[in-house]
Amino acid sequence: MPGDSAAGAVVAVRDLRKTFQRETGETVTALDGIGFAVAPGTLAALIGPDGAGKTTLIRLLCGLMLPDDGEVEVLGQNVSAAPQEVQNVVGYMPQKFGLYEDLSVQENLDLYADLHGVTRDERAAIYPRLMEMTQLGRFRQRLAGKLSGGMKQKLGLACTLVRTPRLLLLDEPTVGVDPLSRRELWEIVTTLIEEDGLSVLVSTSYLDEAERCDHCVVLHEGRMLAEGAPGTITAKAEGCSYIAAPPEGMPARSLQARLFATPGVVDAVPEAGKVRVVRATRENRAPIGIEGKEVTLKPVPARFEDGFMTVFAAVAGDSARNTLDLRAAEEGSAEVAVEVRDLVRTFGDFTAVDRIGFQVRRGEIYGLLGPNGAGKSTTFRMLCGLLPASAGTLHVAGADLRTSRAEARERLGYVAQKFSLYGDLSVDDNLRFFASAYGLRGRRRRERIAWAKDQFDLAPLATLPSRQLPGGFKQRLAMAAALLHEPQILFLDEATSGADPLARREFWGRITALAESGVTVIVTTHFMEEAEYCDRIIIMDAGRALAEGTPAEVRARAGGTAATMEDAFIAIVEKARQAGARGAA
Amino acid sequence: MTGAARRTAALIRKETWQLLRDPSSIAIGIVMPLAMLLLFGYGLDLDVKNVPVAIVMEETSADAQGAASGFDLSNYFDAVHVKTMAEAETLLLDRTVRAIVRIPPDFARDVQNEQAEIQVIVHGADANTARISLGYARGAVAAWMAREAVRGRALAVAPVSVQGRMWFNEANESTYFLVPGLIVLVMTLIGALLTALVVAREWERGTFEALFVTPVRSAELLLGKTVPYFVLGMIGLALSVIGSLVLFGVPFRGSALVLAGVSVLYLLVALGIGLVISSATKSQFLASQAAMMISFLPAMMLSGFMFDIRSMPWVIQMITYVFPARYFVSLLQTIFLAGNVWSVILPNAAVLAGMAAVLIALSVRLTRKRLA
Repeated sequence: MPGDSAAGAVVAVRDLRKTFQRETGETVTALDGIGFAVAPGTLAALIGPDGAGKTTLIRLLCGLMLPDDGEVEVLGQNVSAAPQEVQNVVGYMPQKFGLYEDLSVQENLDLYADLHGVTRDERAAIYPRLMEMTQLGRFRQRLAGKLSGGMKQKLGLACTLVRTPRLLLLDEPTVGVDPLSRRELWEIVTTLIEEDGLSVLVSTSYLDEAERCDHCVVLHEGRMLAEGAPGTITAKAEGCSYIAAPPEGMPARSLQARLFATPGVVDAVPEAGKVRVVRATRENRAPIGIEGKEVTLKPVPARFEDGFMTVFAAVAGDSARNTLDLRAAEEGSAEVAVEVRDLVRTFGDFTAVDRIGFQVRRGEIYGLLGPNGAGKSTTFRMLCGLLPASAGTLHVAGADLRTSRAEARERLGYVAQKFSLYGDLSVDDNLRFFASAYGLRGRRRRERIAWAKDQFDLAPLATLPSRQLPGGFKQRLAMAAALLHEPQILFLDEATSGADPLARREFWGRITALAESGVTVIVTTHFMEEAEYCDRIIIMDAGRALAEGTPAEVRARAGGTAATMEDAFIAIVEKARQAGARGAA
Repeated sequence: MTGAARRTAALIRKETWQLLRDPSSIAIGIVMPLAMLLLFGYGLDLDVKNVPVAIVMEETSADAQGAASGFDLSNYFDAVHVKTMAEAETLLLDRTVRAIVRIPPDFARDVQNEQAEIQVIVHGADANTARISLGYARGAVAAWMAREAVRGRALAVAPVSVQGRMWFNEANESTYFLVPGLIVLVMTLIGALLTALVVAREWERGTFEALFVTPVRSAELLLGKTVPYFVLGMIGLALSVIGSLVLFGVPFRGSALVLAGVSVLYLLVALGIGLVISSATKSQFLASQAAMMISFLPAMMLSGFMFDIRSMPWVIQMITYVFPARYFVSLLQTIFLAGNVWSVILPNAAVLAGMAAVLIALSVRLTRKRLA
């Protein structure tokens, strides 16, 4: 029981409740009777999708908010009674760490050192260590605003570590950070736990991160679904996990989408050309038939994500729809949907994209992967006709983007990284506006809007200002708006960034349906496991293409050691960077 | 150094770096005062020239001719001579002329008896011009009397029946009251607008969230925010004062110390407004809108800096008492043009001090280390 272990715990939470008042007047329950404890010297994780209450919980632990009911004790102090005492001794890194962008790296660090009363001698000891851990030493004089996303996160972490806090609270420290920086951040945290015996509580929606922790607390809509060591959560799916090979000629993602929609299946994800399936119960060993063909299921050991999805499916149900009703695209449209050759984009003397070339066939899903600053977004903008190319050829949907940009644009849909719809307009108004912007009129406009609302389950929220939509629904609306004019090519820029595992599966189900109907899809993503949904991927770094091919081919390029797509990605990027450094030396 | 002092010093240092690196702060704090000084000093001219007047001479004596010549010769008037009062009134009503100057019958005799009257009727639609025209009329008559005096004929009492004089602006240049008035705009911009913006920016960018979970206290945060802008405000004040003295030769009759003192009071009021606005809105856009509406526009329109409060409708006059700018403008105009007139300085300064105390207390109460 949490109550019993609370003695000596660094964090002890009992029956915590917190509600908020929305602008519209309705009450939202952020936390509904949460209770758990974190033992000293451990790494604990709060996991759960968007809106689970992770951020609210951490803010309550810091005394930045007051609970409606229940008790919060941090390091033996009652937070509500003595917030300042707690704030003196914990280190807190908010989700968006507010670095002062017009101050340099060193000035940001000095500010926090001054605020924490770190003496000159202590600084002499800790700064070199922080610089070594974060590898920011070379950038001390650089303004924080000029750092890449990953470096900013590392600096934010360094600012909270100017003195060793007794408890470190990290709120989604790796959201929007590329795999390389993500790994570096985690190395810093694990070093601190091992060497300094630090206690850490981290919130995350990355399940592989939660798996590294000693203790996991699974949250969903303000309630606690499960608690315990990762092993105990993994165990919930033990005996339920299988690998299924797709029938000849069927892409793994098509099988995945069908399996995910099958009753009794709590999870299905593509994995190395096959599909990992998690069934709801151990007893159910009956074969699964897909489109008349029996799919053979080979039992495999469960992993953490399987356990998480099992816990989750129990409450979330399988209401999530992951497919779309689509008209098959007209035959006879060009076989090659996108063709890029020797694409170059320079900004002054900086080359953002350096002779990139690839081809995407009709109905393919093509992935652009790379660390922050690799040139993905620049390439993307050129493909969408938002940015002119400095050199090279670009053909999209049969139109030369350099000469007939408007023509190409009619045939493509674009979902931007950030929510770029009108927040003050309702769902209906947004759809109506985008339909008109795409030149839809009369009956067709009404039909397409009705289709979008139906397919994305937006009808019950149609009158809500889109700003107030829950996270997953915003993303659905953005995608619905981009599909109103039935584009032949869909561009998705980091569309799943910040989305929870469930929403991401739903999203990929829809993408799969689109690809099957003949729509070409080009995506960028930070989630390397999402590369498994792609037919082919290109890995970029520093504006150049490092590897291209099917996920299996790319993994093979990385050598036999790469267990996951993420390992393969890191191996390829690091190899290229080392080669570059040698070449320069 | 104690913890509090060290933390406050660190925050002040941080704020100063940010201020120096942010071109918009420098623009509002330094460039804008200078630009306004030049604009108001050289560009904006509220002086009234060539006012069309109708002169009705009901007597043709030498004295009457002489008095009329004061208007004919003046730069400030474009005089037309008409025969009858009725004719002049028609001209006034259709606004061909702005004023009527009537030299009554028996003017020469009354001059002898030292009870002469010249009637001046001004069109009141433009109160400002009307008021100034009256002043000019007196000037024109005075000019005639001066010419008489040169000829050795002393005319005793002021022969124009209109009461009131133009005080403290004997050169009759609008620059003299515009330029000191500028100080109110500069201080308002720096104190209220800039402060509101920079505090709201911290809320908006989430920089407060990480800062809150440190040993820092909210009073230290407030102090760290206000000290640099206080200094910037005082620099703006110095620039405006030096500019008005050097470039425009505005008289400075009060003491610099009193000026500095009342400016500090007003700056505290403005900072308090800025802090309260930003704590309440937590958004840069809203904060800038609110700061404009609550502090800058009233300082421009309702402070007596540009438009005389006495010529405003009664309701508006009442409203001006709410805004701190009116007290500061009276202080500024008094200190520059009249000197240390304590009967004006003390009550106005007391109001400002009270407002500053209330606003600063309010901003301390509003700034808690809490989100939502």
